[in-house]
Amino acid sequence: MYVAVKGGERAIAKSHELLARARRGDPGVPELSIAQIKEQLRLAVARVMSEGSLYDEDLAALAIKQAAGDLIEAIFLLRAYRTTLPRLSESQPLATGRMRLARRISAAFKDLPGGQVLGPTYDYTQRLLDFSLMDEVSETMPAGAASAEAFAEPFAESIVAPGIGELLGREGLLEAALPKADDPAPYDLTRDPLLFPVDRATRLQNLARGDEGFLLAMGYSTQRGYSTTHPFAGEIRHGAVPVEVFVDELGFAVEVGEIELTECQLITDFEGSATQAPQFTRGYGLAFGHAERKAMAMALVDRALRAREFGEQINLRDHPANNEEFVLSHSDNVEASGFVQHLKLPHYVDFQSNLDLLRRLRTEWEAARAAANREAA
Amino acid sequence: MHLVRELDLSRLQPGFAEPVGDAQRCFRGVLDALAHPGTIVELADLPAPPPGLGAAQSALLLALADQDTPVWLPPGLRDAEAGHYLRFHCGCRLTASLADAHFVVPASLAALPALDDLRPGEPEFPDRSATLVVEVAGLATVGALRLRGPGIETEAGLSVAGWTADCTAFLRENRRRFPLGVDLLLTCGASLAGLPRTVRVDREA
Amino acid sequence: MTDIADRRTALGILARSPAGLLAERMARIETVPAYTWLRKPETGTLMLRGRIGGDGELFNVGEATLTRCTLRTDDGTVGVGTVLGRNAAKAEQVALCDALLQRPATAASVLSEVIGPLAEAEYERQAREAAEVAASRVDFFTLVRGED
Repeated sequence: MYVAVKGGERAIAKSHELLARARRGDPGVPELSIAQIKEQLRLAVARVMSEGSLYDEDLAALAIKQAAGDLIEAIFLLRAYRTTLPRLSESQPLATGRMRLARRISAAFKDLPGGQVLGPTYDYTQRLLDFSLMDEVSETMPAGAASAEAFAEPFAESIVAPGIGELLGREGLLEAALPKADDPAPYDLTRDPLLFPVDRATRLQNLARGDEGFLLAMGYSTQRGYSTTHPFAGEIRHGAVPVEVFVDELGFAVEVGEIELTECQLITDFEGSATQAPQFTRGYGLAFGHAERKAMAMALVDRALRAREFGEQINLRDHPANNEEFVLSHSDNVEASGFVQHLKLPHYVDFQSNLDLLRRLRTEWEAARAAANREAA
Repeated sequence: MHLVRELDLSRLQPGFAEPVGDAQRCFRGVLDALAHPGTIVELADLPAPPPGLGAAQSALLLALADQDTPVWLPPGLRDAEAGHYLRFHCGCRLTASLADAHFVVPASLAALPALDDLRPGEPEFPDRSATLVVEVAGLATVGALRLRGPGIETEAGLSVAGWTADCTAFLRENRRRFPLGVDLLLTCGASLAGLPRTVRVDREA
Repeated sequence: MTDIADRRTALGILARSPAGLLAERMARIETVPAYTWLRKPETGTLMLRGRIGGDGELFNVGEATLTRCTLRTDDGTVGVGTVLGRNAAKAEQVALCDALLQRPATAASVLSEVIGPLAEAEYERQAREAAEVAASRVDFFTLVRGED
C-alpha cells in the first residue's frame, strides 16, 4: 500500500537554491569555464565521456561543472542528455591501428615497431605534491613544451604503428581475432535488454560504460588470486583516431572528425586444448580519452570473463570476476547509484510494517521465554 | 545494410519544415486515431508527398520511421522518388522482406499482405510487431463498417473505399491473435483513421 | 572536383579542422550562392563501433554527438556536412564548401582559399604534436660490463 506524502514542494525549491549556491561556492572566486574544465581536467572529462557513454568533451565538462565535480552525478547527467538525442547512424569500425600515437608502451615487447613512446604520463612522477601549482600566477609551462622549437626536430611525421596482433599473430603464438564471416552488427545494450548469457561484444559494450572503480577492483581481484589468469601488458596506446561514417546521400564513407581513445591489449597464457595448440590469449580494453587505468581494468575483466570459453577451472561463487552475470549486472554506476540512493526515498509505510512485525515477534519471544523460565523453575 | 544504389537527391522534396514539432503533431494524430477507432483525424500543413504516397501516409512515415525501423514499400516505389525520400528524411532502411519490416506500406487495401507474413510481435514484447500504413480512396465516419472495442463507447461506424470481405477477415483473424498482431493505419490525403489490433469489426449486410 | 576520392579528402579535412579556422577561411569566399535546406542541421548520436582486440568482431564502444545537414544550391548542387559534435554552423559551412567544390566556377577558389590552407594548418598541427611525442620515445641502450 502506498500513502501519498505531499508538502515538500517548498523545501525542494529552497534545496535547489542552496544547491546552486553550494555549487558556485564563494562568488569572490572566479567561476570555472567549460574550456578550463576541458583543458585542465581532461582526465575527469575522459571518465565522464566513457562511463556516460557519449563522446562530447563540451557536454562532459558541462556535466562536471553542474555536478560540482561529482563524476558519477556528471555521468548520470550525460546519460540523461543522451536519451534526448536521436540515433543518426553508426560509425565504420574504429581503426585503432591508424591511431596517431600520443603514447604507446609495451611491457612485453621491448623493441616493437614504432618504439616505446612515453607521452604524458604520471607513471614516472614522484607523487609529491607540487606546491608551485598552488599559486596560479606563477604557473608556467615547463621549458620547451610550449614551443616545438625546443625539440631536436620541430616537425615530425605522426607515429602510426600496427597493433601487437600483427606481431605475434604471424607465428600463431597469439590467438587470432577475426571478424565473423558476414561481420554482423553487434547487439546493442542501449536498445535491447541485457539477457544472459551474452556474447563477448555485448560484454565489452557493458564494460566500456562500466564504473572504473568497480572494474579496477574486479581486475585487481583476478591478480590477487580470485581467478587463474596471469596477464602481461602487451600494449597500451593512446592517441587520436579518425571516425568515419557512411553517408547514404554520398554513397561512400567520410571522416567526420577525430576522437581520442585509449586501448589496452593484455596477453595471457593459455595451455591449449585437444584442438588448439598452446598460445597466448587476449583481454581487450578500449576507453574514450586518456584513460589507461580504465582500459587496463577492462581488459583484465574481459579476459576473466572468457574463462569458460577456454575451459578454465572456474568457481563462480568464489571468483566473482569470472561470473558474467555478477560483473555485468553490477558494473553500471548509474544503475548502482540509483538503487543505492533510492533508499533515501520515503519508506515510511514499509518501515512501519517492519516495526509492527518486530514488536509482535518480541512479544511472542518474551512470552516464550517467560514460559521456559517457569518450566525451568 | 544500405541499398547499393546511391541516394538520388536531384528531385528530392523537403520533409517536415519543423521536424520536431511536425513529427509530434503527427504522432499525436496517430495516438488519437488508434485510441479512438472510428474517428477520423485531419492532419494540417503536411509537406508535399513524393509520387506514390499520400500526404498523411508520407508524413506518418516521416514521424514514425527511423534507422531502427525497416520499411517495406511496394517494389515499384522502392527505387523511385518515394524510396529515396524516406531513406533520406527518415534514415530508414528499405527492406524487401515483409518479415523484417516494422512499417509496411501496401499499394492498396486489395494488396494487403497475408497476416502470417508480417511481424506479429512476441509474447513478452507484443509491440515488436508490424504497423501497416495504407492509402485508401475515401474515408468517412458513417458507413458499412461497425467497430467495437477499446476506445469506442458503444459502436462506431466507418466507411472505407475499397474495403472488401478479405479486409474484414484480415482484421478478425488479427483480433483473434491478440495480444500479438499488427496495427492498421488508413490514410486518405490528409486524413487518418486507426484500426488497432483490439478492434472488432462487423460489416452491415 | 567530382572525383569521389577528392571529395572524400576535402570533407575529411573540413570535418577535422577547428570550427574557428574553418569560419575564418570561409569568410574569404566572396560569392556564396543561394541555397535551400534538404535537411536542416540536426544533432543526434553516432554509435561508435570498435573491433574486439582492434581487429576482430564488432562491438559498440559508446556514442558520440554528431551534427549533419544537406543543402542544395540554386543550380541544383547538393552539399553534405557531417561533423562530430554539436556545432550546426560548422556542419553548414562544411556542406556549403562541399557544394562549392563541385561547381566548376567556384571549385578553384575554395581549394586555394579553404581546403589548401586548412590542410596545411592541419599538417603543421600534427607535425608539431608528433615532434613533441617523438621526443618522449625511449632509446634503450645496454650497459656493457666487464673487461675492456
